Amino acid sequence: MKIVVIGNGMVGHKFCEKIVDKSGSSAIQLVVFGEEPVQAYDRVHLSAYFSGKTGEELSLAPLDWYRGQNITLHLGDPVQHIDREQKTVHSHRGLTESYDYLIFATGSAAFVPPIPGTDKKGVFLYRTLEDLALMTAYAPQATCGAVIGGGLLGLEAAKALMDLGIPETHVIEFAPRLMPRQIDDKGSDILQTRLQRMGLQVHTSKSTQSILGANAITGLSFADGSTLPADMLVISAGIAPRDELAKQCGLQTGPRGGIVVNGQLQTSDPHIFAIGECALYNGMIYGLVAPGYEMAEVVASRLTAAAEPAKAFTGFDMSTKLKLIGVDVASFGNPFTTPDEGDSIVLEDATKGIYKRINVSKDGQLLLGGILIGDASAYNLLLQTCKNKLALPAEPADLLLGGRSAQPANMELPDDAVICSCENISKAAICKAVEGGHETFDAVKKCTKAATCCGGCAPMVKDIITATMKAQGKYIRNVVCEHFNYSRQELLDLVKVKSLRSFDEVLDHYGHGDGCEICKPVVSSILASLWNDMILAKGNDTAQDSNDRYLANIQKGGTYSIVPRIPGGEITPEKLIVIGQIAAQYHLYTKITGGQRIDLFGAHLSDLPDIWEALINAGFESGHAYGKALRTVKSCVGSTWCRFGLHDSVSFAIQIEERYRGLRAPHKIKSAVSGCIRECAEAQSKDFGIIATEKGWNLYVGGNGGSKPQHAKLLAADLDSATCIRYIDRFLMFYIKTADPLTRTATWLNKLEGGMDYLRNVVVNDSLGIAAELEKEMQQLVDAYKCEWREVVENPELRKRFSHFVNAPEEKDPTVKFETMRAQKRAAEWK
Amino acid sequence: MSAITTTDITWFFACKTTDVPPNGGVCVKYKDEQIALFHFTRTNRWYATQNLCPHRRQMALSRGLTGTQQGEPKVACPFHKKTFSLADGRCLNDEHECSLTTYPVRLEDDRVYIGVSNAY
Ligand code: SRM
Ligand SMILES: Cc1cc2nc3c(=O)[nH]c(=O)nc-3n(C[C@H](O)[C@H](O)[C@H](O)COP(=O)(O)OP(=O)(O)OC[C@H]3O[C@@H](n4cnc5c(N)ncnc54)[C@H](O)[C@@H]3O)c2cc1C
Ligand code: SF4
Ligand code: FES
Repeated sequence: MKIVVIGNGMVGHKFCEKIVDKSGSSAIQLVVFGEEPVQAYDRVHLSAYFSGKTGEELSLAPLDWYRGQNITLHLGDPVQHIDREQKTVHSHRGLTESYDYLIFATGSAAFVPPIPGTDKKGVFLYRTLEDLALMTAYAPQATCGAVIGGGLLGLEAAKALMDLGIPETHVIEFAPRLMPRQIDDKGSDILQTRLQRMGLQVHTSKSTQSILGANAITGLSFADGSTLPADMLVISAGIAPRDELAKQCGLQTGPRGGIVVNGQLQTSDPHIFAIGECALYNGMIYGLVAPGYEMAEVVASRLTAAAEPAKAFTGFDMSTKLKLIGVDVASFGNPFTTPDEGDSIVLEDATKGIYKRINVSKDGQLLLGGILIGDASAYNLLLQTCKNKLALPAEPADLLLGGRSAQPANMELPDDAVICSCENISKAAICKAVEGGHETFDAVKKCTKAATCCGGCAPMVKDIITATMKAQGKYIRNVVCEHFNYSRQELLDLVKVKSLRSFDEVLDHYGHGDGCEICKPVVSSILASLWNDMILAKGNDTAQDSNDRYLANIQKGGTYSIVPRIPGGEITPEKLIVIGQIAAQYHLYTKITGGQRIDLFGAHLSDLPDIWEALINAGFESGHAYGKALRTVKSCVGSTWCRFGLHDSVSFAIQIEERYRGLRAPHKIKSAVSGCIRECAEAQSKDFGIIATEKGWNLYVGGNGGSKPQHAKLLAADLDSATCIRYIDRFLMFYIKTADPLTRTATWLNKLEGGMDYLRNVVVNDSLGIAAELEKEMQQLVDAYKCEWREVVENPELRKRFSHFVNAPEEKDPTVKFETMRAQKRAAEWK
Repeated sequence: MSAITTTDITWFFACKTTDVPPNGGVCVKYKDEQIALFHFTRTNRWYATQNLCPHRRQMALSRGLTGTQQGEPKVACPFHKKTFSLADGRCLNDEHECSLTTYPVRLEDDRVYIGVSNAY
């Protein structure tokens, strides 16, 4: 069988690929005629030419590919005549080829409105590589550019003129708004403002009457009598299907152009098909690449009999996302529903230049379509929700607020949901690739072709890869190390059920080998979180991380720091004096920390018990600065002094710090209480933060400073103090029981399936029915609290372990060296 | 300090077995040297290495966490968690790091002896 393809554009090329794929190359002879001098290239990303992509880089396949597939490719040689009786085509250069089947993939040309003067120098179209090369050559002499047409392509062309360095650029649109087929008036207003801010002048409701200038363009004149000086013009007023050849050989065409086809893409001659932008299906030209690819698939399947019964083309979703322009613009489904079709929910933020509209069915169940301007990050998920008729959340408005949790999880999409619409790749195909071992984005791209075209689906593809791997247990089951084949959460449950109390017992029951520096601290943390026993008791001391083992952080040079607890940052002058005296006596460097307390540095190991004894006698206790434990609860001064304070934030901070002091967790925990929304205690940067409101307290969770700062999110609002503490109990205990080792609450929450909504359900609505248990477990830990430094100070056996030399306990490490700086000591530099 | 001298190794008394915490280490002073001594209670094996971590030259290895990697005994430095084999002293997680000097250990009842070379 011999197939001749007219046109080597995006769809014509895709057709070749599909035939090769489906037929195994030998059975079918393929001959392709292309009018352009180069082989098919990525027209969708044509504008990338201006950001330096070469024609070669844009090409969809090298010439070698065609050769390798035995495809005869005639470039720069348009077909000029077709003899349907003889079933032959004749080319411009005089070639004649016979065919069994003929495929029109001639695409479309830019539509040029009948305005006098379009032939003047300086007037361009925006369709081919050649057009762009001509524009690039002309641009340096231009000072004022204009584009006729404010649609998808017109805006892209305008951006191109700006990128070409033309000082002033105007867009002229005949309709009263930009992108009239995709967005509504309000959306257009916002888009116009944003474009104007970028330096693009927009004129709507302007009808161009003629192009001024003798030889070259000098300006435009409009129907309203006004004129605009311009020395370069791009016409982008729509597309005109290339049906001239079809007309000439007597095929049926539409009144406004396009080769008429049926669901099989057959023209009025059953041996001739038309696909892509030249085909008119159901009275419609599909001016996007994805429907063209789908048409190529239908015809290729039919001609190779790959699909039985034959697939049919049934129309295509025309949702689009504008690229490259620097403002997000997207429209999907039916963007313009009328009030009897559905209700629209609109979010408009003129200051930020954001406009979002979603159209919801009358019964509130389905998403019909929408428009996104200024922020189209939700486009993919909304599009999928719309296309797959997924149920909407109870408050559809949540979809607009961008909360990720308000959007359906990718895994809820049906298997046949099309994720990459350019390449028509379903969710199932991506999952299958992942299950087949393609576990990175690049590997999946290569294997499925998903995300290789416009790339709009890339975030979704990545999410699906992660979710699929998770479902296979690859992500979630984070075993501790070679000695324990369990995740931290599993191990915690096991240790609890068996009531194990020491590292050795846990290793005997559930591990093998001797343990290591990874599993020892994990198990120690689990034991502490379950029982809150003294961590150095029961032979558990050598299973602690080094800092926990000596109840102090080791510093450069081998000395230790001492951080007494100062709840809420409140301290009496007397206690301040004691700290000063002890620091002077033991010659310690003192510093106010970022956590509203005082750190004493440079203590020899063997001095630690004596120093702590003195501090404890003065009423201090351990600050757990060395543990993965509660650190500080910072506070602002609050209503006792501050003129804005709503409640007494200091008292509440002290109450909270004293409740959770000594609480050990997968990572350290920090908190703060602010007396009003001015937020001087920075509560929103904490693992849990509390801010006073008129009616009570707002509780935020999951904040983090450190190298990847993140703001905490509101868990519950306007709580009374008792409820606030109950929710904190539940939140912390749930975190302690389920987080991976060394995972702060922020990271834990980011990874938690269902995110904040899920957490709120567990903590506030008790959806798992475990709230009472969590509270009880927390209360046990609170009741079991003892200052571990007091226990050491009072226990001679434990005290003995704080010596440098086992065989010379009274001697200090002679290698420790200090230097002097600003009248205090400091550690000597690393050697 | 009592010491037993054989031809090329001097065995010096370090401490009592009970002075070393189970599955942990202590630092032993020998003349001007510091030696880290470790006891693996599960296998009842003893190891000794220099106390100085070669990474940032910190006297800290005796305070590190002990464990095994594929059965090989090791210690992790408290400072930056470099791990060293207690069998031959090589660094297990950084091939460019210097190795530790290791010393033989001998028990006599509840007395622990560490052997240092006479050449040293
Ligand atoms: C002393 C202090 C700096 C200061 O001079 O102000 C400090 C000192 C240390 N910080 Fe910090 N951090 C101190 C406040 C902070 C803060 C600010 C705060 O708490 O308001 C942060 C960011 C807030 C946060 O944690 O979200 C902070 C984020 C870190 C991190 C990064 C944590 C993260 O999630 O990315 C580490 C590393 C770690 O924990 O793994 C760290 C680790 C350390 C260690 C423990 C490093 C170490 O292992 O030796 C430092 C030793 C302190 C010691 O020996 O006493 N420090 N550190 C502050 C002690 C506060 C206190 O009173 O307890
Ligand atoms: C700047 C720009 C941006 C775009 N952005 C997007 C986008 O973001 N998303 C999207 O989906 N679509 C976009 N499109 C549209 C997309 O490029 C087209 O839908 C797609 O290229 C159509 O493919 P086609 O093969 O039908 O036509 P074409 O790619 O136009 O190919 C037709 C080919 O046939 C040749 N030909 C015509 N007549 C003959 C003849 N008689 N003999 C031989 N050869 C002939 C033509 O020269 C041409 O090379 C964009 C288009 C442009 C110009
Ligand atoms: S920021 Fe770095 S250097 Fe400063 S105290 Fe924290 S951990 Fe140490
Ligand atoms: S000093 Fe030991 S690892 Fe850096």
